[in-house]
Amino acid sequence: MSAQPSALMARSHGLRRRRAVNRGMEWMAWLAALIAVAILGVVVWSVARRGASELNLNLLTKSPVPFAPPNVTQGLANAFAGTLVIVGLATAMALPIGILVALYLNEFAPPSIKNGVSLTLDVLNGIPAVVIGIFVFGLLVVGHGQSGMAGAFALAVLMLPLVSRSTMEVLALVPNSLREASLGLGVPRWRTTLSIVLPQTLGGIVTGTVLAVARVAGETAPLLFTSSIVANATSWNPGHALQTVPVAIFELSESPDPADHARAWAAALVLLLFIMFASLGARWLATRTRRKLGAAR
Amino acid sequence: MIDGARPSISKFGLGFLAHDVWNPVLNQFGAASFLFGTALTSLVALALAAPLSMGIALFLTELAPKWIQAPVTALVETLAAIPSVVIGLWGILVLGPVLRNDIEPGLHSALGWIPLFGQPQTGSNMFTAVIVLTIMILPIVSSISRELFLGVPNELKEGALGLGVTRWEMVRGVMFPYARGGVAAAMILGLGRAVGEAIAVTQVIGGFVGIQWNLFNAGDTLASRIAAEYQGAVSNLQVASLIYLALILLVFSLIVNIVAQVIVRRVARKQGLTR
Repeated sequence: MSAQPSALMARSHGLRRRRAVNRGMEWMAWLAALIAVAILGVVVWSVARRGASELNLNLLTKSPVPFAPPNVTQGLANAFAGTLVIVGLATAMALPIGILVALYLNEFAPPSIKNGVSLTLDVLNGIPAVVIGIFVFGLLVVGHGQSGMAGAFALAVLMLPLVSRSTMEVLALVPNSLREASLGLGVPRWRTTLSIVLPQTLGGIVTGTVLAVARVAGETAPLLFTSSIVANATSWNPGHALQTVPVAIFELSESPDPADHARAWAAALVLLLFIMFASLGARWLATRTRRKLGAAR
Repeated sequence: MIDGARPSISKFGLGFLAHDVWNPVLNQFGAASFLFGTALTSLVALALAAPLSMGIALFLTELAPKWIQAPVTALVETLAAIPSVVIGLWGILVLGPVLRNDIEPGLHSALGWIPLFGQPQTGSNMFTAVIVLTIMILPIVSSISRELFLGVPNELKEGALGLGVTRWEMVRGVMFPYARGGVAAAMILGLGRAVGEAIAVTQVIGGFVGIQWNLFNAGDTLASRIAAEYQGAVSNLQVASLIYLALILLVFSLIVNIVAQVIVRRVARKQGLTR
C-alpha cells in the first residue's frame, strides 16, 4: 500500500488532462448506472404494455385449447393452478428443513462444521437450475414418470440454501445477551432456542421465505424435466405432471402464433407483478426486522 | 447423475468433449460445439458486463447523491429478480428483431473484419444470447462489487484524496487494488451464472450444432441444448448424453463456485480484521 501514492504522483503530470480523465470516468459511471436502470425500465414496460391488453379473468379461469379457432377464448388456468400447487409443496418441503439447518448451524454446530456446511449451501445456491432439474429427473422421474411432486422437490432443492442462509443471517443478529439470560435462568438449550431465539427471528424468516418463493415461482429449467408433459385441463393433483406459469410462457414464446405470444405476455405480467411485489414487500419487512433487532441491542 | 450418464460415458468416453456432432438419428453425440458456444457467449457477455458493473458499483458508492443511492441499488437488484423466462420472452420477441434489423448490420459493416461480426443471419442468434446474458449477470457482479467497494476503509480513500489525486486516480490506485480479489470472485460468479443460464438462452439463441465464430448466427450452449431437448429425446443414449452435458455443467459450476466462495470468504475475513 505504501508504494502506491508515490507511484500515483509519478504518473500525475498535466492537471488539465488528469481532470479530463476523471470527468470522463465519472460520466462513464453515470452512464453505466443509467443503462442498468434503462434496461429494467424497458423490460418492465414491454411486458406491461403487451401484457395489459390481454390481462383479464379468462386468463386465470379458462383452460388452453389446442388448435383453437380464433373465436374461442383461452386462458392458462392449468398453469396458475399448477404453479400454486408446486410452489406451495416446495415451500412446505424447504421451509422446515431450511430453518432447522440454520438453527443447527448457528446455535449448536462447532465452527468447523458451520463453515463447511454454509460453504456447501452457497455452492448449492450457485449450481445452475437446469442441472438441478436433470438431477431430480434422474432421481425421481426416470422409471416413475413426471409429476408435480418431482417438480416441487426440484424447486425445494433450489429454495433450501436461500431459506437457510437468510435465516442464518437473522439468527446472527439476535443479541447473545438474550441467550445468556435465558440459559442463566436454567432454561435448557433447546428450550432457549425454541422460545427465545426463534420468535425474535420470525420477521427475518418470513422475509427469506418470501424472497425464495419469488425466486422459484419464476424458475423454468428445473420444471422442464420434472413437470412439463401436461394436460390442458386444470388439475390440482401433484401425482401427475402439472403445467406451471414459467413453463407455459416458455412454450408459448417459442410458438409462431401471435395469439400465443399475447397470452405469454399476459402471464409474464402476472408473474412479474407477483415477484416485484413480493421482493419489495420482503425488502420493507427486512429493514423493519433489522431495525427492531438493532434497537434491542 | 453419473449413473444416468453411464451409457453415454461408456460409449463416447472423454472424446465426448472433443466431438462436435450431435445427431440423434445416427446416435452420434458430442459436446464440443456446445462447449464452444458456451465459452464464446459467456465470455463475451462477461466482457460487456464487467466494465458496466464496475461503473454501476462506483456510481453507487462514490458518485451518486444520497437520495439516488437507495432507489438505484433497489432497481439493480430488482433486475436480478426478473425470471429468466420473462427476459427470454422479451429477448425473442422484442430485443431479437431490434438487434437483427438495426444493430447487427451496422456492426457488421463497421467491424466485419473481425470474425465475430459476420453476416447477420437470423433474429435468434448468439449475439442476442450475449446481450440477454449480459443483462442477467450485470446485477450480480455489480451488487457484489458495490459491497466490496463499500468495504474499502475511508482512511485509505481520504489519504489518497488528501495527496491531491483526482477521484478516478484514487479509484484506480486505492480501491481497485484493495478490492481486486473480491472483484475477481464477483466476475467468476457472474461467469458461472452465464454458463449455467438455460432458459433465456434457449429462447433466443436459435439452436445450431457446429463450431463457428459468427455471433450473428444461431448457436447453442451446454445449458440451452439440455433445455431445448427436454421432451424430444428419443433414445436412451440421447437422454444419457444430455445427462452427460449436465454433468459437465455441474463439474464446471462446482469448481467455479467453490473457488469464488473461498475467495469471497478470505476477503471478508481480511476486511473484518482491518476494520
